[in-house]
Amino acid sequence: MKKTSIVCWALMVLLLSIGLLSAGIAPPKEGGMLPEITLSTPEMPTLQNYLGITKNKKSFRIPEIKADVVLIEIFSMYCPYCQKDAPVVNELYNKITKDEKLKNKIKMIGIGAGNSSFEVDFFQKTYDIKFPLFPDAEFSIHKMLGEVRTPYFIGVKIKKDGTHSIFYSKRGAIEDAPKFLNLIRSKAGF
Amino acid sequence: MRKCSKIFIVFFVLFFVSSYAFGLSDAFKKNIYDPGQLKPIDSKLKVKIGEKAPDFTLPSLSGEKISLSQFKGEKNVVISFVPAAWTPVCSDQWPGYNLAKIIFDKNNAILLGITVDNIPTLYAWTNQMGDLWFPVLSDFWPHGKVSEMFGVLRSDGVAERALFIIDKKGILRYAHVSDINNRPDLKDLATALEKLNKD
Repeated sequence: MKKTSIVCWALMVLLLSIGLLSAGIAPPKEGGMLPEITLSTPEMPTLQNYLGITKNKKSFRIPEIKADVVLIEIFSMYCPYCQKDAPVVNELYNKITKDEKLKNKIKMIGIGAGNSSFEVDFFQKTYDIKFPLFPDAEFSIHKMLGEVRTPYFIGVKIKKDGTHSIFYSKRGAIEDAPKFLNLIRSKAGF
Repeated sequence: MRKCSKIFIVFFVLFFVSSYAFGLSDAFKKNIYDPGQLKPIDSKLKVKIGEKAPDFTLPSLSGEKISLSQFKGEKNVVISFVPAAWTPVCSDQWPGYNLAKIIFDKNNAILLGITVDNIPTLYAWTNQMGDLWFPVLSDFWPHGKVSEMFGVLRSDGVAERALFIIDKKGILRYAHVSDINNRPDLKDLATALEKLNKD
């Protein structure tokens, strides 16, 4: 009886702790680090090449992406602002990939908060998005990132030793791709 | 031990409420009222797949009255009941259907969005979603009459989060009442619409 009670109380404390922790997570802070996010390696070889992730790896962490800077967009196909901003985000991607000095330095990914694989694929096809988008159907990554409103952009600088730091973390649409790229370049220090 | 079980249930509920998440567009700013975690389904369907769907006429945002029967012989009809304006999951559902117009067009389907809110509320709310291509109907008065006809009126007076597909003959071909706290995957609706054309 006593043993059962101890197990019962231990379970309750564990559940409440996890619940409170996930409810209290703040959005990523500049100067801080990303939570432990694991993404599935894309099936398309072009996207694997873009990320510099080999097909042998089933999953990877964001700091493993072959780049100096990774720009993460938290979006949803159900979000009107994300829909409206999608062509501007594409413009930003095109500006980066057409610039010989930047194309290997800055890589972009999108994470669809609450979006299934079907929904992410639909969004990708609708706007002809060239960079990799990842589903987060159960909001698990969204919760780790403090349940931010969409769209939300996070800029991560990846150092040569494999460590990383967040240098940009902000809610809201890009609206002006050249201006945003200048801001990212200046904040990332190149 | 019984006391322990009760406390455990309370903590279990607390856990799920505290870890509840939804993706919310910045389009709605801080104007969304979060009712928290609700009873997943709180009604019993009154319609059956394979049977004639009940006809109805409701006022729409554009001012015209829309009847289900007006699409007979011309269009398949998808009805999307959502619980309430200015609430988390509902606010992020129709903007997705707005983007997915091609899925409806490809399957010769029209979408009717219905809530039990009144027209002025629906006007202010849907304005945040951009230009919607589908009619938005108000089942406000007599309150929830159409929701009740379909068996999706909850005991607190709001509709369930439910999707129905009625074919061109007026026959109900698909009915899905979701957990009110979660948005249904677009894939299920797309698959059901494609199946409609194959049958």
